[in-house]
Amino acid sequence: MSKIIYPGMEPVSVSRRRFVQGLVAGGAMMGLGLRANASPDEISKMFGGLETLRGDRFDLTYSPTRVNFTGKERIATAINGGVPAPLLRWKEGDTVTLNVTNNLAEDTSIHWHGLILPSNQDGVPGISDGFKGIKPGETFTYSFPVKQSGTYWYHSHSGFQEQTGAYGAIIVDPIEPPPYKYDRDYVVMLSDWSDEDPNDIYHKLKKLSHYYNFRERTVGETMQEIKEQGWDGFWANRGMWNEMRMSDRDISDVTGYTYTFLTNGKTPAEGWTGLFRKGEKILLRFINSSAMTFFDVRIPGLKMTVVATDGQYIEPVSVDEFRIGVAETYDVLVEPSAEQAYSIFSQAIDRSGFTRGTLTPHPSMTAEVPEMDAAPVLTHGDMGMDMSMMDHGSMAQDMGAMKDAKGSAKKLPEMKCGGNMNMSPPKRSAKKLPEMSCGGNMKMDSRKNMTAAEMGSGKAGYGSSHKVIHADTEYGPHIDMRADAPQYRLDDPGVGLRNNGRRVLTYADLRNLNKTPDPREPGREIDLHLTGNMSRYMWSMNGIKFADAEPLHLKYGERVRINLVNDTMMNHPIHLHGMWSDLETGDAEYIPRKHTVVVQPGAKISYLVTADAMGGWAYHCHLLYHMLGMFRKVVVS
Amino acid sequence: MKNKILIAVLAGSLSNHVFAMGEDDPIVTRLMIDQFEKRYMDDEKPVVFEGDISIGKDLNKFKLKFDIEQVDGETHERELQALYSRAVHPYWDFQVGVRQDQKTDPKREWLVLGFEGVAPYWFEMDTALFINEDDQVNLRVNAEYEWMITQKWVLSPEIEANFYSKNDQVEGIGSGLSDSQIGLRLRYEIKREFAPYIGINWTKKYGDTADYAEADGEDTSDTHFVAGIRAWF
Repeated sequence: MSKIIYPGMEPVSVSRRRFVQGLVAGGAMMGLGLRANASPDEISKMFGGLETLRGDRFDLTYSPTRVNFTGKERIATAINGGVPAPLLRWKEGDTVTLNVTNNLAEDTSIHWHGLILPSNQDGVPGISDGFKGIKPGETFTYSFPVKQSGTYWYHSHSGFQEQTGAYGAIIVDPIEPPPYKYDRDYVVMLSDWSDEDPNDIYHKLKKLSHYYNFRERTVGETMQEIKEQGWDGFWANRGMWNEMRMSDRDISDVTGYTYTFLTNGKTPAEGWTGLFRKGEKILLRFINSSAMTFFDVRIPGLKMTVVATDGQYIEPVSVDEFRIGVAETYDVLVEPSAEQAYSIFSQAIDRSGFTRGTLTPHPSMTAEVPEMDAAPVLTHGDMGMDMSMMDHGSMAQDMGAMKDAKGSAKKLPEMKCGGNMNMSPPKRSAKKLPEMSCGGNMKMDSRKNMTAAEMGSGKAGYGSSHKVIHADTEYGPHIDMRADAPQYRLDDPGVGLRNNGRRVLTYADLRNLNKTPDPREPGREIDLHLTGNMSRYMWSMNGIKFADAEPLHLKYGERVRINLVNDTMMNHPIHLHGMWSDLETGDAEYIPRKHTVVVQPGAKISYLVTADAMGGWAYHCHLLYHMLGMFRKVVVS
Repeated sequence: MKNKILIAVLAGSLSNHVFAMGEDDPIVTRLMIDQFEKRYMDDEKPVVFEGDISIGKDLNKFKLKFDIEQVDGETHERELQALYSRAVHPYWDFQVGVRQDQKTDPKREWLVLGFEGVAPYWFEMDTALFINEDDQVNLRVNAEYEWMITQKWVLSPEIEANFYSKNDQVEGIGSGLSDSQIGLRLRYEIKREFAPYIGINWTKKYGDTADYAEADGEDTSDTHFVAGIRAWF
């Protein structure tokens, strides 16, 4: 394994690294050849891949199950004895029946993430119509028609069971062949495992919110910055952070300090392996089933063509790298033309660890694992600050900070883009300055250019024209930040990915392959601010946590726009159950559909929802330790 | 008695919401031993045990602060504060309750009104007004800072000052700035919860307080080397 560099962090002891990178199962795959007629299922089984269940009737059983990812035995909340749970392969048009048996000592549930189904099948205790969870010893039978195709997943919606292994993949094979060809497909399910009890993690965060952050600013770094920037520059840059008592190193709440990151249940030391034959087209179905971790994914040496997100086809876009938020899915096509192995490298957003897989023509061929990038540092723009307020000096500092964060500025001779919004004049629409948005849009097609200028116009597909207003409930001890001037930052690849010399997918790239299913203009708008107090570890929407909130009411059949404003310094993946989130990326004709939408720190984002599903639905941040507070019930009636 | 009232107030403020996914705001209990140290100076080697226990939810907590000093196994000083702590600002808690000085004769009780929190530029502050039955008012200001030398080595300067409204010859307290304490501790966090440290602690008495001390044949300023453990769970 290649050397790992931890900038701004003292060397981690060997035992520590071994602990978080997990165990190697042993040379199980040595010497195994690839039979010419081996099916993907057979291959995946041969290499300890995901167990796959097919058909329309399934028996799934929750049991406490011994696992060992780190050298220590732990009890996982496993479904059918595995972490991840079995891959369920359904057919569009079938009605599936799933008997879910609970052999745990506590209540459980399964939520079919991204599936459009009746409320009473959605599996959220106390929210879904009539569903109160599955009691210990009981079996609950789900049955619903499958009306869509693509890559999805399922997980427990009870307690913190998702953290302890209760997640699995779903593939729905389409009736109509997909608009692209592939020779084989693999699920690449990313997750974060901790040996700690999730309740302990939650309590630790409540007691000391930066408990897991071992990338805090050190005196040495401060000295270095003063040396580089001078006192004036240093104060201009640091003043805001110090006055707000916030850390620009605050990227992830829970980190590789406790997490071992997994690909298809394999530790980094072990690595998951997928086989291919040279010249094949492989469809990789990425699913982020983590509790708390965003991953930045790339396959050095291979271009990835993103063909679907959250199960829905998009206009193909070729990238080097993409960020996958918790609960999102991306389907990418790769075409390895050489007889060589490739690393599927997924580094945690805070660079506190990574997970990996290998695509290889032969199990004996392995690929180099790249080094992790430098740990990212948040900028003023990530705090939703109006950059016109900043003098030139402090903007330069932002650039300086970014250069520091990259560690290797020599690789990036031109910083002309300056991290998208940092150098950009305020109040611009996302794409008025194409030359500024080098992060994601090196080659922009004309349609994008033409339409994007209209972002913020209020028309369907272009986001809201409303002024951002913070509600009275956003003021108080439970809220530590309100974004001054949140912008649509669709073409911003996000902190840690800006100007990294690679073509990184952004939301601005997402265009539905098909025409917008519901072309109506929104009848009304709902503003929701994602709010919290990091140091007290409290999370809410509009300053009101779920326990104190009234449900959001939607009228059956209405088309509504939801504007999300992120008044925190973390990315939040927001998941609306039961209905699609039609993400407004600047093209009314081809609005992409998602089930989980990432809202970047200090940014805003808008999507349209057609309220076509009666009943009660969950609507929440999918970060497990945020969702208890940052949660709403949605009622469609 | 006062403590019981506090607990009742606290219990009333902790309304219990139950939710399908789990409790977003569980009752969290934390014991923080900020200083458990031996101070080295000449022949006296006092042991100091200082910290707090907090029990409660995000915004409302019960907090018991303790500050105990022993010399040769004999308790010289034992100050306890029982407080209701309520968040009033993103970074500040208002605290009200009672303080008891158990080693004075007679035991002295004070009403406590204080603010604890983090000031801009990351100063950890604990300030309180203490008022006793003789209308003596004690203002205490404590500020602490943490410099991360590395992710595990932390250098922490701390300053504390006491001000009094009037002279109290029996207790040896003079009005105005009475005494101050400046500490500098270097700790190594073996894990977040457990850190041994070394440091120095410098105390000084001022004005009439210094005069009273001199009259009793005590020093008006002391410098201690300290070694101890910071721990919480």
